[in-house]
Amino acid sequence: MPFLEVKGLKAYYSQTQALYGLDFDLEEGSITTILGANGAGKTTTLRSICRMVRTEGDIKFDGTDLTSLSTEAVVRKGIAHVPEGRGTFVRQSVEDNLQLGAYTRKNKTEISQDIERVYSYFPRLRERFKQQAGTLSGGEQQMLAIGRALMLRPRLMLLDEPSFGLGPLVVQEIYSIMRQIREQEGTSMLLVEQNANIALDLAEHAYLLETGSVVMSGESHVIREDENVRRSYLGY
Amino acid sequence: MDLFLQLTLAGLAIGSIYSCVALSVVMVYQASDHFNFAQGEMAMFSTYIAWTFLGMGTPIWLAFVLAVALSFLAGIIIERLVVKPVENASVLNQIMVFIGLLVIFNNMAGWIWEFTIKPFPSLFPEDFGFQSDLIGPHHMGVIGLTLLVLLITFCFFRFTRVGLAMQAAAANPDSARLVGVSVGWMLALGWGLAAAIGAVGGILVAPIVYLEPNMMSGVLLYGFAGALLGGVSSPGGAVLGGLMIGVLENWVGQYVPGGSELKLTFALILIIAVVLFKPAGLFGRVVIKRV
Repeated sequence: MPFLEVKGLKAYYSQTQALYGLDFDLEEGSITTILGANGAGKTTTLRSICRMVRTEGDIKFDGTDLTSLSTEAVVRKGIAHVPEGRGTFVRQSVEDNLQLGAYTRKNKTEISQDIERVYSYFPRLRERFKQQAGTLSGGEQQMLAIGRALMLRPRLMLLDEPSFGLGPLVVQEIYSIMRQIREQEGTSMLLVEQNANIALDLAEHAYLLETGSVVMSGESHVIREDENVRRSYLGY
Repeated sequence: MDLFLQLTLAGLAIGSIYSCVALSVVMVYQASDHFNFAQGEMAMFSTYIAWTFLGMGTPIWLAFVLAVALSFLAGIIIERLVVKPVENASVLNQIMVFIGLLVIFNNMAGWIWEFTIKPFPSLFPEDFGFQSDLIGPHHMGVIGLTLLVLLITFCFFRFTRVGLAMQAAAANPDSARLVGVSVGWMLALGWGLAAAIGAVGGILVAPIVYLEPNMMSGVLLYGFAGALLGGVSSPGGAVLGGLMIGVLENWVGQYVPGGSELKLTFALILIIAVVLFKPAGLFGRVVIKRV
């Protein structure tokens, strides 16, 4: 049984339908990416899993049906969402943002150990731990968002365009840290990206989304070889 | 000089009561962008609850604690039953709900306890062990107790996990949900705290203005003025705003010719002036954000 299994997922924003019956799954410990252009439904797919949009269809995580749960309850199942636009608590300090990431956990010693661990992945956050998070650069805020998600000790991370609005060097830095996290923690990740190149480098499996439907899926290296994908998404 | 000091200290005392009301208003505003017009009437109702306990022979401090605790619960229940169902309604509908609450509490108090004016005892003894010509014992106690309440509130928000979660829920509800914070309950908790702090204000002001269903109308207006002056986005600012209003009110009453008749007018002029010239208030925070 797949770790995350989505069947016939339809999503609606009031009267507007955004997803038209999506099927996809993700194996435990793997990284899967969902690629697509603006408006293809990538963000909506992640928001569906986190119960932040009205849906029809099945979403099963580790055998549990998520569709009847609240967002908070989904988080308590171990799903950490790094949202579009990073969702930083701008007035709180960097460290308080990380503390909030561990909101559902009780053990204070473990929480401070995990904060240390996040700082070891992202040394720039340690330097700024007292700083108001809204004053961080875009890249640092993205690091903080990923760090905050790690504070949950997630079993599955949902990442919404970690490369969004960042310069190529910062994007590389962040992706190399994500690779490290994956190697050291073995966290499963569902990664949504417009930047198909970098996402296909990290992920083993890929789904291609167009206007709310999956149009292609497979191993990353197979998708990468595909003539149409190359022309439309990779640009060579 | 003595008169000036007396006026200022008395102003600080009454101002700290305005601070309680201002803080209640700001707390609800921060959590849900609502101005709860019924905050004053809720505090008045809490004071009647304390008065009822006193009538049953309860010691005054126990009556105080019980009334504040019950107000806390009532605040949560009101949020769940009345406010939550209209959270997605239009602003006008929401304002109607708050005005409705105001009238309901006012009339209910009159119906249960009658509209006659009742004396309400001070929480504090006549004698703290020393006398001062500058400030009376009740005013002294009011300043001390409010400072304590404000300190506890500050520590709660600054140092506890739930306090941090409440700030997160108010600032960014979506992100708060994504770290597992139950945003709805945080709003309810905010209402509970606001009601409890309002109750403290009500019980402290009752010995000064006497207990009656309309006792909070002036206080609420000053509280609003304080909240606006300090900045509705800044709880600390609202507290300072409340204190400033208390002191200014006394100065205007004494030093402006005909000022004692114009105290309430002065509060209204101040509200309008702030809204026109400094909408964020004196201490209203401008969010620092780099994009």
